[in-house]
Amino acid sequence: MFKTIDRRAFITAMTVASVLSFTGLVPALAMDDKLVIVTSYPPDTTVTVKKAFEAKHPGVKVEMLKKKTTAGIKYLQETAGNNKSDMFWASAPDAFEVLKGDNLLQKYEVKVSGIPEKVGAFPINDPDGYYKGFAASGYGIMWNTRYLDAKKLPVPKTWADLAKPVYNGHVGMSAPSRSGTTHLTVETLLQGEGWEKGWARWKEIAGNFKTVTERSFGVPDGVNSGQFGLGIVIDFFGLSSKASGFPVDFLYPPITTLVPANIAIVKNAPHRDAAAAFIEFLLSPAGQEVLLDPKIRRLPVNPASYANAPEGFPNPFKDSSIGSAVKFDLQLSKGRYNVVNSLFDVMVTYRLSDLRDATKAIQAAEAKLAGKPNAAAKKLIKDARALVNKVPISAVQASEKDFNKIFKKKRKKATTKVTGRQAEIEQKWDSEVKANYAKAKEMADKAASML
Amino acid sequence: MNLFGRGQWGPGAVALFLGLFLLVFLIIPVGKVIYVAFQDPNTGALTLINFIDFFNTSLFQESFINSFYVASMSVVLASVFALPLAYFTTRFNFGGAALIQTLGVIPLIMPPFVGAVAMLLLFGENGSVNLLLGEWFGINIPFMQGLNGVILVESIHYFPFILINLSAALNNIDRAMEESAQNLGASGARLFRRIVFPLAMPGYVAGASLVFLKVFDDLGTPLLLNINNMLAPQAYLRITSIGISDPMGYVISVILVAFSLLALWTSFLALRGKDYATAQKGGGGLMKRDLRPWEKAGCYAVIIFILLLVLSPHLGLAMLSFGTVWSFSVLPDAFTLDHYFRVFSNSSQFITNTLLYAGLAASIDVVFGTAIAYVVWRTKLVGRQWLDYAAMGAVAIPGVVLGIGYLRTFYDFNVPIIDKPLASWWVIIVIALTIRRLPYALRACMAALQQVSIMLEEASENLGASKRRTVIRIVVPLMSGGIVAGFVTSFATASVELSATIMLVSTESDAPLAAGIYEFMQSAAGRGPGAALGIIAVLIVGIATYVSHRFIERKEIERAPDMAVAGGV
Repeated sequence: MFKTIDRRAFITAMTVASVLSFTGLVPALAMDDKLVIVTSYPPDTTVTVKKAFEAKHPGVKVEMLKKKTTAGIKYLQETAGNNKSDMFWASAPDAFEVLKGDNLLQKYEVKVSGIPEKVGAFPINDPDGYYKGFAASGYGIMWNTRYLDAKKLPVPKTWADLAKPVYNGHVGMSAPSRSGTTHLTVETLLQGEGWEKGWARWKEIAGNFKTVTERSFGVPDGVNSGQFGLGIVIDFFGLSSKASGFPVDFLYPPITTLVPANIAIVKNAPHRDAAAAFIEFLLSPAGQEVLLDPKIRRLPVNPASYANAPEGFPNPFKDSSIGSAVKFDLQLSKGRYNVVNSLFDVMVTYRLSDLRDATKAIQAAEAKLAGKPNAAAKKLIKDARALVNKVPISAVQASEKDFNKIFKKKRKKATTKVTGRQAEIEQKWDSEVKANYAKAKEMADKAASML
Repeated sequence: MNLFGRGQWGPGAVALFLGLFLLVFLIIPVGKVIYVAFQDPNTGALTLINFIDFFNTSLFQESFINSFYVASMSVVLASVFALPLAYFTTRFNFGGAALIQTLGVIPLIMPPFVGAVAMLLLFGENGSVNLLLGEWFGINIPFMQGLNGVILVESIHYFPFILINLSAALNNIDRAMEESAQNLGASGARLFRRIVFPLAMPGYVAGASLVFLKVFDDLGTPLLLNINNMLAPQAYLRITSIGISDPMGYVISVILVAFSLLALWTSFLALRGKDYATAQKGGGGLMKRDLRPWEKAGCYAVIIFILLLVLSPHLGLAMLSFGTVWSFSVLPDAFTLDHYFRVFSNSSQFITNTLLYAGLAASIDVVFGTAIAYVVWRTKLVGRQWLDYAAMGAVAIPGVVLGIGYLRTFYDFNVPIIDKPLASWWVIIVIALTIRRLPYALRACMAALQQVSIMLEEASENLGASKRRTVIRIVVPLMSGGIVAGFVTSFATASVELSATIMLVSTESDAPLAAGIYEFMQSAAGRGPGAALGIIAVLIVGIATYVSHRFIERKEIERAPDMAVAGGV
């Protein structure tokens, strides 16, 4: 036990020493001496921002509690009764929506001026005032240049390019149920192209997947190490990987949504003043410029900060092609959030090898068909595609309130009566999807044998 | 109060304390979480409908089969790695036996994330080996494809369980048994098959059942290799998805627990009805034979090949920690020490925390493990088997479930003096590690105790020693090999545990190494420093293991002063 006491004593001594060393710079404001932030960001981001903030407010010691977004939500939910956290700092707006829905966030009015209403087509701040955007992020495609050179693959320009047979087995993405930002990408395409067409597009791309990763960072990690050549990632993963020296590059395809990454004060925060100071700092020009650090590389929401951005850094406030093609409907997205995730998991994540086999067979048959006038084979291939692309439910049903309740139940308060269970429905979808993929493969193989 | 017989009060109190500990820190928290599995998702009433759903879902059926297949194949492959290492080092006079044993334990310390990254960089489809094979022969071997990858990584990762337990068992076999067999004309393979291996059976079964269980519920490896169609990942994915309250995750957790207990029970049945204890403890360990030069060369070749294979994740990790950029190439582009500087300049608290947490947890584990083993095998207390089952059940509890359970149970409980919720005090991390690693220590202690004949204790008591004195002076020293093995296993694995820790770390200054690695591995620039931290973790545990092996060796020499004489005869 003495070891412990020593360690504590040591830490205390260090803290005292570091505070003393700053006594020359007495802060103008009487403030909290501590700030606890629950965040999903890596040390590259947190340490850099923390240092900058502590330099500005020497009296405050920032403690970053690093948790994956999903774990962070669980943590705040489980600890709400005796809350010790001040802020929640993460990317996905829907994570903040969940917390807001659970009444775990605190409203806050920002004082910094000069931040526009929208970035791309997306409002920067929560209209209800609970969470604030501090940076913008958009999804795009990153690729490993060595990999593409070695395998002689062209650089894709659009989402549709990723569906081309050359990319079969070379693409990676994380599952929307695992990563809030991936969910936004899936939803963006569904909204941009429509329910049926959007899903068809996703299945064509997913048929080329090498893997669906569990963590969103699994995608840039796989591209960086060359496990797969291309990844569908959020911009700063691509930009910071490139800045860290990996032989990779990144681009925004035409259909993308810029969404804000957010910060919010937790309800009953023990250090409210420090939390407010942190938000103000983060949104001030000084705080925004920290985001341009090569290890962070996020798009600031304060347009003035782009003046010091490196050459070629994307600027959504100047370049209107980034993130404005789709008018993102947050309510539509929210209304079918879990249904979309579950559908993606059932049709892609858990049946990836079936989907890949069917896609491969179709692509092979199509290659054989090229230039040959075989109507029967052509029809078979077309039918096979249609079978693969089939979605078990319609857009209308996906947005039905009662149907969504099946996927989103508050177990503790069972006041509403819901019919059907998630497992039951997923099993139904699964057997349908699996049969369709198998049948499609059969048809494509048959078409190929006719050619 | 005739419930306890005479002389049962001491063990009774110990058993009661252990039972309470397990109840408060294992059963209640887990119960709080998995209760959900028995609730009707719509009404909240108690029901079994979720289990019916589970068995009707083809995805879960497949997952179950995959998990079973992977676990079984991993035991087979792990045995292939472990048997030669354990046998050669305990049976022959071998230079560097302690070093080999130590190196053989290191795979157990595969730090989260970086281990699999390193394996992919070496053996993946575009890893070093396949890039070379492609260049030289134009072929690509799918080492890491699908379930293959899981089996390879898991068996490399967990084979030390068999190695440690089997070596301890082999060291504990009474030499007289072997000599008798030899006098009766047995030798070579027959001696091994009929005498040595059967006598070492408790150790092997203890190790193999641990491998099976760990692989069966391991989460990290399949997740990192992006294999979803197995039970543990399915449970995890369903429990942690944003906003979804699907009870199936909890149902799978219950099934994992139930199946693991079943597997334990089976291994228990397999050993029942046989007596493995040996009465004489004079010589200790098998007779060690000198090898002929060519035999020695052959043994070394096998050992070096196995070590090279099982240490490849660490070789990859070392290259990652010293490399600048390693991307789609056989080796990193250049080498540097920067990652280590970065780690030492601002992450040293991870190291001290890890030593503290894992050291405390492993110490508690061996004390509890020894106590439980004694209660189970040496007393007639009512329900003593349940202590064993409950403690072993921890092996089947996914870390996330334990973490959430702790938050749910202990967050409202303020620790008096420091006035902080128990769930956010660093001690809770130690308790979580203790619970999660107790099964390892327990198996090792059980196996050790099974090899101690009760006659020795009876003799001690006949000579007037009290029960307490007998335990301290006779039983524990005789079990020391197993206890140290248990300590090493618990310490090594606790120091890289992540899944429960990540839920419980509440301040940065309390975070252990594994959490530090996890944080680093979430950014492109953090891969090198993360790997450097991983290497540091491996070194710490490696040194601890080596020291404890030296400790066992010294103990054995102390215990067997007649060895030199026997050897000289």
